[in-house]
Parts: sequence; structure tokens; C-alpha cells
Amino acid sequence: MTGGLDHTLGVVALGAAVLGASGGMLGSFAVLRRQSLLGDVLAHAALPGLCLGWLVAGRSVVPLMVGALLAGGLAALSVLAVGRFTRLKPDAALGIVLSVFFAGGVVLLSYVQAVGGAGAAGLSAFLFGQAAAMLTGDLQAMAVVGGLAALLVAAFWKEIAAVCFDPPYARALGLPVGLIEALLTLLMAMAIVVGLQMVGVVLMTAMLIAPAVAARMWVTRLWPMVALAAAFGVVSGVSGAVLSTGARGLATGPLVVLVATALAALSLLLAPGRGVVWRLLRDRRLAGQIEGLRVLETLRALAEAHGDADYPAEAGMIAAAHGLPVARQLQRLQSEGLVAPVTHPPEQTPHWVLTPEGRARLDGLGGTR
Amino acid sequence: MLAEAHVAILLTGALVGIAAAPLGLFLVLRGTAMLTDAVSHSIVLGIVIVWLLTGVTSGPVQMLGAALAGVVTVGVTGALQRSGLVRSDAAIGLAFPALFAAGILLINLHARDVHLDVDSVLLGEIGFVWLETLQIGGAEVPVSVVTLALVALVNLAFVALLWKELTLGSFDPALAAALGLAPGLLHQGLLVLTSVTAVASFDAVGAILFIAFAIVPSATALFLTDRPARALGIAIVVAVLAAALGEWLAFRLDVSIGGMMAVTAGGLFALALLLAPRRGVLARLARRRTEAAEQEARTLVAHLFTHEDAPDAATECTDAALSDHLRWTPERAARIILHGLDRGLVERRAEVLALTDKGRAVARAIFDPLGRG
Repeated sequence: MTGGLDHTLGVVALGAAVLGASGGMLGSFAVLRRQSLLGDVLAHAALPGLCLGWLVAGRSVVPLMVGALLAGGLAALSVLAVGRFTRLKPDAALGIVLSVFFAGGVVLLSYVQAVGGAGAAGLSAFLFGQAAAMLTGDLQAMAVVGGLAALLVAAFWKEIAAVCFDPPYARALGLPVGLIEALLTLLMAMAIVVGLQMVGVVLMTAMLIAPAVAARMWVTRLWPMVALAAAFGVVSGVSGAVLSTGARGLATGPLVVLVATALAALSLLLAPGRGVVWRLLRDRRLAGQIEGLRVLETLRALAEAHGDADYPAEAGMIAAAHGLPVARQLQRLQSEGLVAPVTHPPEQTPHWVLTPEGRARLDGLGGTR
Repeated sequence: MLAEAHVAILLTGALVGIAAAPLGLFLVLRGTAMLTDAVSHSIVLGIVIVWLLTGVTSGPVQMLGAALAGVVTVGVTGALQRSGLVRSDAAIGLAFPALFAAGILLINLHARDVHLDVDSVLLGEIGFVWLETLQIGGAEVPVSVVTLALVALVNLAFVALLWKELTLGSFDPALAAALGLAPGLLHQGLLVLTSVTAVASFDAVGAILFIAFAIVPSATALFLTDRPARALGIAIVVAVLAAALGEWLAFRLDVSIGGMMAVTAGGLFALALLLAPRRGVLARLARRRTEAAEQEARTLVAHLFTHEDAPDAATECTDAALSDHLRWTPERAARIILHGLDRGLVERRAEVLALTDKGRAVARAIFDPLGRG
């Protein structure tokens, strides 16, 4: 193979890694602050900024990024303004700003395509991302923006953490909460700018949300969550980008997003402690334990009714008194040493007694008796 | 022919807005407007899958099949929210990008033989709606216009028949549930119809611009009025205006028609925000100024009233004393005195300011609001 291909692949993989890392890191804060959909708004709103950047300077990465950042900032301010001056619900403000800014982008895009001729075709790569179209200069710009965002996060870590988890407390500490929220919005816009080339404006929101949701399932502390989200982002970015170079014309964005969402879905299902499967298993285990205790109760009630603490109860009698089949529960309780099988001649059928441990377990529960 | 094309485009754009307005109204009221975003993105996958399975790109099969994708998104989002693992905003943002991504990927993979392309997903092709027509009573009518008119009728009938239930469910879901009005089910119904409407609008305006048609006119109307019925009327007017103005602008500037219609809707919203009587930003600023002037006039008469006929009246009731004691700048004091003179609250007697009878009455009302004397 030629060195050119390797070079491209290297640039693409590095770019995807930068994208994933900054998306995961900065998306964590958005998800924790319940601002995920603002990311969607800022990403869609970047389109008119990109078109304006293009009109000013053509295919040059810095003006495009600046345009996207400015448009994102304007969109965030518009959301605030609509919320401030109307009594519409917050998500109406998000929907209005998202769709109207995007429509503005569509209008500008049609204008650019009308006046720009062949060169303007490259602009539609920003809709869904086109990793193969990435240049070394793009990668450098992405790395600078992503690195700057990481530095900002490191510098204001304590403040950001306070604002993410308890804004009133942060305000009581005397932190400038409004400024930090503005900083977090700016950081989100920076993450979007980093991802435009790879994922595009329409799907970028998934790179903020999916890795963060996935990471949140595995850990409970902020800094491991941010690190893990960044790692998930890198994995999805690199695998999606590499896959997309395999086939011609395959947009990178959808592949990256599908990998990231698959990671999130797996985490939601399997993460220990919080995952859906884990919860189902725990629920079953707890239900079994409670059922076992109820069988012990039944045994004690039978013993008390017969005025004999060591009353050997016949298996069928226990089932009748309990109202449910008990054979499996009795086996389990026996393995825990809480009940013991006894014989009660001349009867042939199995009988059971509470062991002292079983009585102790019941007494340990307290209750009304 | 060209005039007919213009009319067909205008009708299509207006009908998208009219069909979406009754749904958007209640979604905005309930605070679930962003679900439109999720639904309209995810129908792309439905449209592609229906096309791959049946080769159909329009008609009832496509509409229902594609709408199913929207319903699935809403279902997944709801399940994620109920699981408590993901907060509601992240739940919305997690489900639909994946479905949308899968749709785009499929379009890419079959790019050679699909009439769908990524651009039309985003922008729609409202300029071409008049190419596909249907004979109705001897007249040629674009297919999209017929479909959208039917969908609009269904949507309007839905909200008209369930008006009471929908309004109560939007303002007080708990009460609606207690009365057995099934607000959750109604909300699901709204979202199913939103999916169907999004599919019907897809050819004309694409997946994302539909959000603007669905939310912006309703939000504008709800900003202007508190009455849902009046809001529906205003939303329809805004939608039609946006379509007409947007088309005109798009042809003047030679840009995307659907995009320009959506931008115009946004412009109308911004205009309402600025200019609305009472609630508009400008009306509020004006009101704040009148209130400030009123407050200053009251301060002035109260000051003069306390020193009237007192030994220090000659020194207190002067322009200089107002600056010194009320901390007003000389310019501000001069402006306020002028205002008081204009309104006949004060008058100049030689060097001092004195209250008129009217001014004294105002001051009395301040110190003795109940008139106990």
C-alpha cells in the first residue's frame, strides 16, 4: 500500500480520537447538568456559522471554526432570550432556536452552492462528516481547540464540579455560577466545533450524550466518569472513522454515532450495579430471599399452632399453609442450614423442622412477634 | 405553468404548517416540543426501510411504516426515562441520533439506486412538488398537496374532537388522569400524528425543517395569547404568512424555498417577541419607563409635601435641595421637575417649588392611602 493511504488513516484516526475525547469529556458536564439537548441545538446552529465562514474565507479551517463558534454562542444567547422574555417552556425555546438556525443554515448553504460552484460541494461534508476529506491542518486545529478545552476544564475543575452537582451551593460559596455556566456552554460549542469535520452538525449531539451516558453507568464519581466518557468517545470515534474509510462515500458521522450508541446501550444493559440486566438479577435474588423468609414464617406459625417449637411439618402441609409450592425454597433453605429434613415414622413423606439458625434468622428480623 | 408551480409550492408550505399547527400547539403547551425533533429525525430510517422492503416512496404504506419509526423512538425514549437510568433530556438525545444515523447510512449504502439523497433528507424538494400531480375533478393537483390536506384534516379533527381532554391534559395532567381522560394516551396519539405529519411533509421540507413548521407558529401564537383556541387560529395564520413571505423571499434571493419559509417563521416569531402589545420586549421597556417616571413624580410631590409650610420650605423646596437630599443629578432633577410641571403637579413660585392642588392630592394619597385624614 502507498504511504498516502497510511497517512490518511493516521490523520483520520487521530482526528477521531481528539473528537471522541473532547466530546465525551465535555458531554459529561452537559448530561449531568441536564443540558444534553442544548448540545443538539448548538450543533444544528453551527451550520449558518459554517456557511458564513465559508463565504468569508472558503475552505479554510479556522474561519469555519470561528463561524461555528459564533453561531453557537448566538444560538445559546437566543435560547436564553426566548426563555427570559416569554413564558414558553424551555424546550420550546430549544426547538425554535434549533430549527430556525438550521433553516438559516440551509438557506445560506443553498446560496453558497449557487455562487460557489464546485468548491462548495465540500461544505455539505459538514452535514454528516467526511473523515476522508480531512487534512493535516484540520487535525491541528481540532487538536488545538480540544486541548484548549481540556486546559479550561482542568483549570476550573472545582468550580465546574460544584456547578454541575449543586448550583445553589456553588452560589452560596460565592462562585460566579452564571460565568461558569457560560464557560460550560462555550466548552460544549468547542466540542461541537472539534467534531464538525468528522461527525457533522446533525449527529454531533450523539457524541456529547452517548459516551457520557455510557460512562455514568459504570462509575459514580465525576473525574472517573469524565475520563471514561472520553475513553468511550475515543473508541467510538476511531472505530467509526476507520470503518468509514473502508467504503467509498460512507459518511463518518453515522458510523461513529452508531458505535457510540451501541456502547451506551451495552452499558445501560450490563453495567454492574445499575445496569438493566444486573437489576433484573438482583430483583430475582431479592424476591427469592423474601420468599424464603416467608416459608420460614409459615414453618414457625405451624410450630406455634401445635405448641411445639420442633414440630416436624409435613411438606404438603407446609405448601397448603403457605399457599404456594415450597419444594425449591425448602431445598435452598436447607442448603443455608435454616431448615432440616426429618422423618416422622410411621409416615413416609418428608417432614421439615426449623433449625435454631432458622429461628434466629426470623427473630433477627424483629417485627411484631 | 410557472404560476401553477408557485401556487403549488405556496399551498404545500402552508399546508405543512396548517397540518402541524394543532399538534405543535399541544406539544409546546405540554413542554415536549423537542420530541418533534426526535420524531422528525427518526422517520428517515422508517422511510428508507419501507423503501428497501417494498420499493414504495409514497402512499399510505410508506406513511404508516415510516411513522412507526417515530413511534419507536418515542417508545424507546419513554422507556429510558422510566428506567430512571437516564434523565429525560439525555433519553431524547440518545435514541433519535442512532435511528437517524442508521437511516443516513442506509441511504449512503444504496446511494446509487435511491431517489432519496442526503440533501433531500435535510432540505426537502418543495420546488418539485408540482411535478407529481393527480387528476381531481379535471384539475391537476400535486400529490403532496392532496396528502397534506388530508393529514391536516385528520389532525384538526383529532384536536377538535378531543379539545377538552387535550387542553386539560396539557394544563393539569394530574387532574386529567384523575378524571379518567388518559392524558398519557392522548399525548401518545399526538406523537403518532406528529410522525405521520412529518412523513407527509418529508418530501416537501425534509426531516429537520419540519421542526420549524411544527413548533415556531404555535410558539408564536402561545406567546401572543393565553387562549388555546385563539392560539390555534394565530398559529395557522403565522404558518400561512411564513409560507407566502418565505416563498416570495426565496425566489427574490434565489435560495432554498423550504429553508426560507422556516427562517421567515422564525422572523415572525422574533417580530412578535419585539412588537407584541403588552408582552413584547418594546412594550415592556416602554412600560418600565412610564413606571419609572411615575415613581419619580411621586417622590417629588412627597418631598415637597413634607416640607410645605414648614420653616425650612424656602431651602428644601428648591432645585438644589432635590439634588442634595434626594441624590438626583441636576439634569435628572430638572427633567423630573419639568415632567411635574407638565402634568400640573407642581408650580414655580419665585425661587421655590410649590405643589398645585392636584399635586397635593397625589401626595395625600401617598401618605394616607385610605383617606382617614
